[in-house]
Amino acid sequence: MNITNNFEISFNGLKANKMRSVLTMLGVIIGVSAVIIMIAVGQGASKRISDQISSMGSNLLMVSPGAGQGAVRGAGGNVNTLTLEDAEAISELPLVNYVAPELSSNATIGYEGQTWTAQYNGTTPEMQDIRDLSAVTGSFFTEDDVADTNLVAVLGKTIVDNLYPPDVDPVGTTIRVNKLAFTVVGVLASKGASMGGQDQDNALYIPVSTAQKRLMGVKYVRLINVQTDTAESMSYVQSSVENLLRERHHLTGASNDDFNVRNLASVLATAENATAVMTMLLASIAAVSLLVGGIGIMNIMLVSVTERTREIGLRMAVGATEGNILGQFLVEALVLCLSGGIAGILLGMAVAKIISMLAGWPTSVTMFSVLLSAGFSAAIGVFFGYYPAKKAAGLDPIEALRFEK
Amino acid sequence: MQGKITLKLDNIRKIYTMGEHKVLALGGVTLTVLQGEMVAIMGASGSGKSTLLNVIGCLDKPTEGTYILDGEDISGLNKDQLASIRNKKFGFVFQTFNLLGRVTVRANVQLPLIYAGMDKKEMAARTEEALQWVGLAGYINHLPSQMSGGQQQRVAIARALVNSPSLILADEPTGALDSKTSVEIMSVIQRLNREKGITVIMVTHDKDISLYCRRLIYLKDGHVVDDNMLADQRDAAADLAALSEKAGAQA
Repeated sequence: MNITNNFEISFNGLKANKMRSVLTMLGVIIGVSAVIIMIAVGQGASKRISDQISSMGSNLLMVSPGAGQGAVRGAGGNVNTLTLEDAEAISELPLVNYVAPELSSNATIGYEGQTWTAQYNGTTPEMQDIRDLSAVTGSFFTEDDVADTNLVAVLGKTIVDNLYPPDVDPVGTTIRVNKLAFTVVGVLASKGASMGGQDQDNALYIPVSTAQKRLMGVKYVRLINVQTDTAESMSYVQSSVENLLRERHHLTGASNDDFNVRNLASVLATAENATAVMTMLLASIAAVSLLVGGIGIMNIMLVSVTERTREIGLRMAVGATEGNILGQFLVEALVLCLSGGIAGILLGMAVAKIISMLAGWPTSVTMFSVLLSAGFSAAIGVFFGYYPAKKAAGLDPIEALRFEK
Repeated sequence: MQGKITLKLDNIRKIYTMGEHKVLALGGVTLTVLQGEMVAIMGASGSGKSTLLNVIGCLDKPTEGTYILDGEDISGLNKDQLASIRNKKFGFVFQTFNLLGRVTVRANVQLPLIYAGMDKKEMAARTEEALQWVGLAGYINHLPSQMSGGQQQRVAIARALVNSPSLILADEPTGALDSKTSVEIMSVIQRLNREKGITVIMVTHDKDISLYCRRLIYLKDGHVVDDNMLADQRDAAADLAALSEKAGAQA
């Protein structure tokens, strides 16, 4: 008597009751595929969010005007405490690589009678390094353009697609931003959608000085992007930026900050945390269905033991030990669970694929979730199979042989 | 009495406790069976004959007494050791055949060999040989449900002899069969006893069937009340031939 015999006996037992075996497996199939799908969708979402956050730039601090804690969200934009001079001062700080101020608003863009609404960003050339922008044709504007308040613009791909005929090179052409004529100096490579679902390519970049003086008539900026040398130096730079700005804005003692420094790494961590919690939540709901499947297996195994009492008695009479009988039923439950598990994994992978195709939602089936659900279904087989198997092994052979169906 | 002793029961008692009641199933049975004997245990229902057979077959443990099988005291063995003894020394034949209905004749017959841990090649050879011996060589891939009662009991006998036991224990082997098939089964059992020299102990309440044995033991209220050697043993094969002739003449 060895394990191969046990598997043979179990397969024969399951084959003899095909319909019942398949229905029993269905519980595990649904449970396992639910776990796979939920983890795949959750991890896909998490990957997408972290991709989008890191596409905003790495090691990034964002300094915005307005009070930090307790401020109403969105109200910060109305406070005009940050200036270009603040940005310049920040760039003098140690461990700061790049600083790019930002002043943006929506505008109507016109080209040869066509119009399109897009966001313009007034900034400096350092924005290229922070946002990882690159020009596919032409080039980004220069420091001189910023110093001279030149009317030059770099276009995002969506604007080009919507305003220009396919055969026209936008570089060198003239567009109108809120009626003001700008010369196009470059076209940017596509960046895709942002975290909030916003199209990052529906934007044009102009010198920040031009945006302040020619378009908006203001002296402040909406945002200062600060890129630090390394991830480790972020919190140090954050506090030195805070100290510098308090000094520059003459804030002393108890008075609140009139600016707010956000650390993109912590935003990323928070978002990842949130999606991880969501994934665990979905997976635990799916795990409940796996549990229900396991109880179904126990139920069927109990029925099977009762039904086969005489068979068990006979097996004992011809020399099966309690261990043999225990093994037989345990292996049977294990085979049910594992084959259900494998079918569930395949089904789950297929459904995850379909979801990402139909909904455009990225999913990732990881080795971890496959191993988790395979291990889980095997554990369920042993756990829920043990009681019925123990019951079978504990039967008295004489009574079992006398058992009337 | 001469010859090698197969089993020796000494003052075997079996008491069942059912709640507060104690039922005395065997009240001190002392019995010696020699190798090659063919014994019928008879008695009214409740006389303890099935209990005695279960104790002999190691399916049940006696409450008291000593049981020596092939020179080995097996009174104190544990469940796994008893299972191994059942596997090696006994073949069981039941009134209701107890074949597994969902698997083939082959799987049924080789069942004791699987628990003996035999390799596949030898298992197949012995299974075929046993089926050949009971005259069912062509039925190896049949399901029991496709066969008659007599054929099913012959499959059960093949299963009982496949592990070359020293004893075959039969509990009312003809109880579910008509009289002609009963004689046919008895002829197979007699052949087993004579040709293979296997000791046979069977429980029956049918006087006619008991006459095919050589020794009759009567049980009453858990005690042996009579133990006789029969002067002449009926020959089942001859009876079967006579029955077939009669049926032929009628037709």
